[in-house]
Amino acid sequence: MAKVVGGIGTSHVPSIGKAYDMGQQEEPDWKPVFDTYKPVQKWLADLKPDVAIVVYNDHGSSMFFDKYPTFAIGAADTYPIGDEGWGPRPLPAVPGNPEFSWHLAEELVYNEFDMTVCQELSVEHGFLVPMNLCFPHEPNWPVKTVPIAVNVIQHPLPTAMRCYKLGQAIRQAVEACEDDLRVVIFGTGGMSHQLNGTRFGHLNTAFDNDFLDKIETDPLALTKLTHQEIMEEAGAEAVELIMWLTMRGALSDDLTRVHRNYYAPMTTGMGLIALEENA
Amino acid sequence: MAAQRDKSRTIPGTTIFDGVESRKGYRINKFAMSFTKPKNREAFTADEEAYMDSWSLSEQERQFLRDRDYRGLIEECGGNIYMIMKLGTCTGHGLYHVGAQLRGQTFEEFMATRTASGAR
Repeated sequence: MAKVVGGIGTSHVPSIGKAYDMGQQEEPDWKPVFDTYKPVQKWLADLKPDVAIVVYNDHGSSMFFDKYPTFAIGAADTYPIGDEGWGPRPLPAVPGNPEFSWHLAEELVYNEFDMTVCQELSVEHGFLVPMNLCFPHEPNWPVKTVPIAVNVIQHPLPTAMRCYKLGQAIRQAVEACEDDLRVVIFGTGGMSHQLNGTRFGHLNTAFDNDFLDKIETDPLALTKLTHQEIMEEAGAEAVELIMWLTMRGALSDDLTRVHRNYYAPMTTGMGLIALEENA
Repeated sequence: MAAQRDKSRTIPGTTIFDGVESRKGYRINKFAMSFTKPKNREAFTADEEAYMDSWSLSEQERQFLRDRDYRGLIEECGGNIYMIMKLGTCTGHGLYHVGAQLRGQTFEEFMATRTASGAR
């Protein structure tokens, strides 16, 4: 039987990818970002997951507002590196596990989560920055992936509670798979940030640290947050954080926190938490 | 059903990208999305006016593009920040240039408000 063995909540700030590609890992203002992922890389290397389910949002790489799905799942053999307007990043294409994706899609849809199934999907910073930071990937990635894209950019968005319940349904779907797969799940995005209006650059460190506390110990409190409350407190783009609840919904409450970090150098609270299932 | 948004409680200095903005911004966002293809970036760089002619942009949108007025494109024309950022390879203007404009500051003034501005 497949099982969820761990979860990671992480920001997916695109400038991290650019800094990585330019080899700026040791520069003083960047070093804290890259260094904090090293223990998570080590943990994942020991955990040996077969599949990473990555919950992210597409920022106009593969998806546009002509038809922007609320929830979508990738079901491809390979996910090419997308061109977001500045050329594809120099990373190997990311392997999929289409049989497992279709299994998840079937379970989720019959469990009343109506996913859009994508057989062609290029992946972009929302997906790639977390993967890039958590896994060595030369010459190839060590895991297969299932991208799950959530609309967090064009309101109306799914509610925080809905995202959490999607996570619970993902766990059930994983456990209904007879293959012996070890699965980790990523919730990506956030933390506090705002990228429009005169409030551009708004950060809320207290909100972010409270969110990091509660995602571990009291996720149900976070499911009660409305989009309005998140945006007022933490900035319009902080609504991405609802994707962390999908990750958390896929975990049990019998967890060990492996790592946690917070750093807010520029315009986004960069949070990281890694949680391992005890059983 | 808990209300997710309270439209009577506007958030100062904030535009929420919803159906109203997405309808208003459809043209400019589709134009900006075209910059995900290298041939379109090359076409814009070679002849901006000719490339804009091939899209049904309004004169206001075209003028904001000529002026690199990102505040206008986003706050008046419904531009979505993630789409507008795609113009950056051709214009040379990254997120923090756009952000400083939105805040009504120079790039240097904005950078001085950040805690570790080397991580840009």
